[in-house]
Amino acid sequence: MVRYFTRLRMRRIYKWGGRPYIFDRKLKSYGFEYLNMSVEGQEAVTTVTPGQYILIEGNDDEYPFVAKLLKFFGDESHKQKKALVQWFLRLSEVPQNKKLLLGRSPHPQEIFYYLGRACDNEINAESILGTVDVQHVPEDTPFPEPGTKDTLYVKLSWDTKAFNVLDPVLMQDTPASTPPKPALPLFPPCASPTATPVSRGPVRRALPTPDPTVMRRAGSVSDTRATMSAGKRSTLEAESIHSASKLSASKILSAKRRGSAADTPGVRKKLQLSIGASPGKKMTRADVLCELLDEEMESEKVISLKLSSSVSHSLQHGCSLSPMRSGCKTPNGQRRFPWKLSSISLDRLSPTALGEQDLSRATTPSRRKESAMAIRKPALGVLAEEDSEDSPMQPIALTPRSKRKSAQLVSLRIRKQLNLLDNTQELISDGDDDCFVPSKKDLQSSSDEEKTDSEEETRGRNCKTSVRTPCKTPSKKKDLQSSSDSEEETMVRKTRGRNGKASARTPCKTPSKKVTPSTPRHATPSIPSRTVPARQPGNILEEARARLHVSSVPESLPCREQEFQDIYNFVESKVMDGTGGCMYISGVPGTGKTATIHEVIRCLQHASDMDEIPTFRFIEINGMKMTDPHQAYVQILQKLTDQKVTADHAAALLEKRFSNPAPKKETTVLLVDELDLLWTRKQNVMYNLFDWPTRRHARLVVLTIANTMDLPERIMINRVASRLGLTRMSFQPYSFKQLQQIITSRLNKVKAFEEDALQLVSRKVAALSGDARRCLDICRRATEICEHSTSHPSSAGLVRMNHVMEALDEMFSSSYITAIRCASLQEQLFLRAVIAEFRRLGLEEATFQQVFVQHRALSRVEGLQPISVSEGLAVCQRLGACRLLLLEASRLDMLQRVRLNVSQDDVLYALKAVRD
Amino acid sequence: MCTLSRQRKGSIHELVQMILRERFCHQRLPEKPVGMESQHKHLLELLRRTAVHGESNSVLIVGPRGSGKTMLLNCVLRELLEVKDVNKNVLPVHLNGLLQTDDRIALKEITRQLNLENVVGDKVFGSFAENLAFLLEALKKGDRSSSRPVLFILDEFDLFAHHKNQTLLYNLLDVSQSAQAPVAVIGLTCRLDVLELLEKRVKSRFSHRQIHLLSSLSFIQYLDNVRSQLSLPQDFPDTNFYDEWNDGIKTLCEDQSVVDVLQRHYNSSKDFRSLHLLLMLALSRVSASKPAIKPTDLLEASRVCMVDSKANILHGLSILELCLIIAMKHLNDIYEGEPFNFQMVHNEFKKFLQRKSHSIHNFDKPVVIKAFEHLQQLELIKSMDSSTAKIQKEYQLMKLLLDHSQIMEALQKYPQCPTDVKQWAMSAFG
Repeated sequence: MVRYFTRLRMRRIYKWGGRPYIFDRKLKSYGFEYLNMSVEGQEAVTTVTPGQYILIEGNDDEYPFVAKLLKFFGDESHKQKKALVQWFLRLSEVPQNKKLLLGRSPHPQEIFYYLGRACDNEINAESILGTVDVQHVPEDTPFPEPGTKDTLYVKLSWDTKAFNVLDPVLMQDTPASTPPKPALPLFPPCASPTATPVSRGPVRRALPTPDPTVMRRAGSVSDTRATMSAGKRSTLEAESIHSASKLSASKILSAKRRGSAADTPGVRKKLQLSIGASPGKKMTRADVLCELLDEEMESEKVISLKLSSSVSHSLQHGCSLSPMRSGCKTPNGQRRFPWKLSSISLDRLSPTALGEQDLSRATTPSRRKESAMAIRKPALGVLAEEDSEDSPMQPIALTPRSKRKSAQLVSLRIRKQLNLLDNTQELISDGDDDCFVPSKKDLQSSSDEEKTDSEEETRGRNCKTSVRTPCKTPSKKKDLQSSSDSEEETMVRKTRGRNGKASARTPCKTPSKKVTPSTPRHATPSIPSRTVPARQPGNILEEARARLHVSSVPESLPCREQEFQDIYNFVESKVMDGTGGCMYISGVPGTGKTATIHEVIRCLQHASDMDEIPTFRFIEINGMKMTDPHQAYVQILQKLTDQKVTADHAAALLEKRFSNPAPKKETTVLLVDELDLLWTRKQNVMYNLFDWPTRRHARLVVLTIANTMDLPERIMINRVASRLGLTRMSFQPYSFKQLQQIITSRLNKVKAFEEDALQLVSRKVAALSGDARRCLDICRRATEICEHSTSHPSSAGLVRMNHVMEALDEMFSSSYITAIRCASLQEQLFLRAVIAEFRRLGLEEATFQQVFVQHRALSRVEGLQPISVSEGLAVCQRLGACRLLLLEASRLDMLQRVRLNVSQDDVLYALKAVRD
Repeated sequence: MCTLSRQRKGSIHELVQMILRERFCHQRLPEKPVGMESQHKHLLELLRRTAVHGESNSVLIVGPRGSGKTMLLNCVLRELLEVKDVNKNVLPVHLNGLLQTDDRIALKEITRQLNLENVVGDKVFGSFAENLAFLLEALKKGDRSSSRPVLFILDEFDLFAHHKNQTLLYNLLDVSQSAQAPVAVIGLTCRLDVLELLEKRVKSRFSHRQIHLLSSLSFIQYLDNVRSQLSLPQDFPDTNFYDEWNDGIKTLCEDQSVVDVLQRHYNSSKDFRSLHLLLMLALSRVSASKPAIKPTDLLEASRVCMVDSKANILHGLSILELCLIIAMKHLNDIYEGEPFNFQMVHNEFKKFLQRKSHSIHNFDKPVVIKAFEHLQQLELIKSMDSSTAKIQKEYQLMKLLLDHSQIMEALQKYPQCPTDVKQWAMSAFG
């Protein structure tokens, strides 16, 4: 890859080129045709025009971000230069754990079409580094030889969940010669993220299913039906939009953005272009359109609509000619693109188109007002429309994604109303029902299929065709039939046919793709796998033991509800807002700190999978799992970007990453376990960890865990403690009731313990430490004792009091007394001599020489042959090795001082029992 | 004919020596560990569950030196590996706190024993940090049901607790408490207070299972053990000799003097290692001409074992050095164990010379200093203050590392010790 301007440390100069056109009157923004870039002091001028692929300055100089430029706009003064882009991802930007989904080794020049929504696609035009060549490689063809270094290849798309085959249509190049327009067909998908918070839900849902089968299927139903189904979809859409809007905490932001982008005349113009001659009132719903456009749905219906309505409405808009244009383009190479998009958009809008043939234009202004409203506007606006239009909607299989009650309530209300309305439209919807339901199912199944496909791809990708073909063929047939009775021209069929072909082709070709053995950069070893599989627990006690193992992940974490909720709220709010923050969590070991956080993260991940919150990344480091505090940087960087660098370099890279405004950024949640070990004399590691979240662009949430409550005060210097902030939480040791609840919930109805036995364990542990690990270990040991105590392993009954008592004894009783009792005679004598000498001296310390004199006297009393000094020393050393005695270094020989490590009473008690 | 039989006899003795030496020195595992059945069962069950069910565990085997911790563990491992399913399923990793003195070395050793280093060629042995990350990654990738259980055997466990931050222990115990590759961490230690050495977060991750090996062997059992240790195995080729030898051992163990010697040893320590030392000394006296162990052999061996280590040094001293030691003894008596310097010793010695000038040659001061230094080199006396450089040799404070009894005993046995010197030593003051 060539070096870009950044490397040269030169100022780049950006100038607008071409004639500005008004983009948004309100915001006084202007669109521009192209951008001239030059490096200060150099002659060469690079011109960037929309439609080109560009490199954007990022964290990594080697690998800048790649995107397709869609549009330039700026303000009146020409100071602010903005651009809208469609992002592409490099593999290194895909989260670590998702990389495996690719299932093959990536091509070094490979990039992925980004279908996610987490990235802001409005960038500062001055971060553009230059242009790059991007080629679309069809799914079935291998990558070209990596001869041309500067060409990137795109084959798949990435929607933050899975890699999908990229629809070639999305990548169709548009001629760069006709400036603002070439970008237009692509605009809708990119415009949607500008309205991100609102459109999140639907877009997300729509994205994984750019499935041609859906389109075909939808095409198979008759015009009206298609309309209906589309209408229904949009209801769903509307509901989820609504819930999404309620969810989001960053709605205001989105509204603002919408104002700047979605509502601008330019956008509207473009939308109309692609929509063709849709009813005029759609102008106001640019943002809704945007999402709708994303969803690729059936085509023919659209065309018919378009043709029918275009005549009447075309005059209203400046660009009303566009449908014609798109139609004209179809025969040549680029026809597919605009064609398809228009079809999509129309399809989504069709309910209104149909339902409101008599729609007066008077409604438009009011809607416009609505759209100016900030938060709930889009969702409610849509809802209102749907209601007033009394479109035949029947929310079958309504599955509100949001768990929030309010959202569910609202959707319920809507459903009721719609049902009422539905009755009036029974005639239309009647014939539709049977068709619609399956089509809905199909929709799901097809996306399911997609999912399984991607899974299979990762494994073997050999059975793919077999999965797909059966459901595909009939649908294709249907497709053809239905197309024949549609009034539309052959042109339509051609297009559809091609679409169908393209999709049909994909699965067949996939198996042929070679799976090259992956050679990852950092080979990680694994423990060899076992030849005989691990045996599953056989009886109740074994089952109980498996459940009680600390490592087994419980279904829920009882007794930490409050802490869970606090942490959840904290992280959730930060993720939603895209801000950063720190939290300090303390508690003695075994009180569930790490487990609770993992549970929180699990829930949040789930929520983000359900599109309730934006995606985020979770990274975990542990102070104990690194050799040096500075390794923290290395580990964080490696988990973020899979780079392996030295600590200093990693610190620099992270610093850059967290302080530079990068447009593509999801929130990072960093868990720092055993924080106290990251202490260094200058505390720069801690300082950085707590400083990064405060940066404006960092989007970093840091959760720290340590054992001591006052760690910030004790070991941190002021500037570090201040950055850590006061968001603190301390986990109290478990009380006996909580411990009991923990065990019971783990056992989960496996009846292995007597109630009293459980209570004894939990009371004992609660009194000593409140450590849940201890509690579980004791219970585990008790099951073992119980199993051994009965002769038949199968007939082992309940764990009773005595078993638990034995386990407790084993774990808690001190072994010193037994050790003294089991010591040899001379050793016992020596201990007595030690005590005798202590009494004589009145001190708790004596030299060996002094004790030995006592020892000799005692052995004379006991009638034993006195031992030599060497033997005496050996006895002393043995006691010292057991730590019954504490000794000085043995090179002091006879002068080493002796102390007792046990209390004198214990020794006397133990020795007395021996003599008795 | 005669030579042939002698040769055969000689070879028989060599065979006996070989069998018994292997028993005493090579720590050959007994068929079944004696006196620790419950501990054996506990440990075997525990490791079996790790091997078969993939259950992670951690356990400490605690017992005084020579109590058979390693023997027990090895017996259990041997038994475990005899089970067919387990045989190829476990990966034992042996570490010793005396060999792996820090975590870096320990990590390399673990990587080597797990045969992981071939995965990445020589790259593993990069930095310490990489090593740790590498190993943790490896363990993390495993899971309970599919990866082979790893048995980490940490001999001298207490020494691992002295490593910086207890990183290794934390990580091993953490793996044993989380759903990663199944591991069993087995620590062997003689320290009863080993748990107090662990940091609290490390301690919390340890399962608190301790198997205590405290031998409560009675003297009768001890005697039985001696007999069985000295007896020849049943598959001995020469049955005549076998009977003869074993009968000899039986009578030996019934001999009163032998019983007394063994009782003395038993009183001193119950562990088998010191017993083996004693028996080894006795065994080495067996030869072709002397085909059995006699009670005298055992008595002699016992004498060698029990002998005071300093007695022999004292026997080799010159009269002058002996005189200095006696002078020191008197100083100790007078000043009740307070340290002395050369000058004081020399004065004491000169007083003795003035009284008994005829019996001992008058030595010059440099000669006496030399003798004094020699005693220091033999570590019979020890300098008290560490900063020796500043003070003149004559005035350095010293302490005597000998007991009265040792001095008197040495004087009794010293060849041709002048009577005056003896009397001086026995007199109460100077």
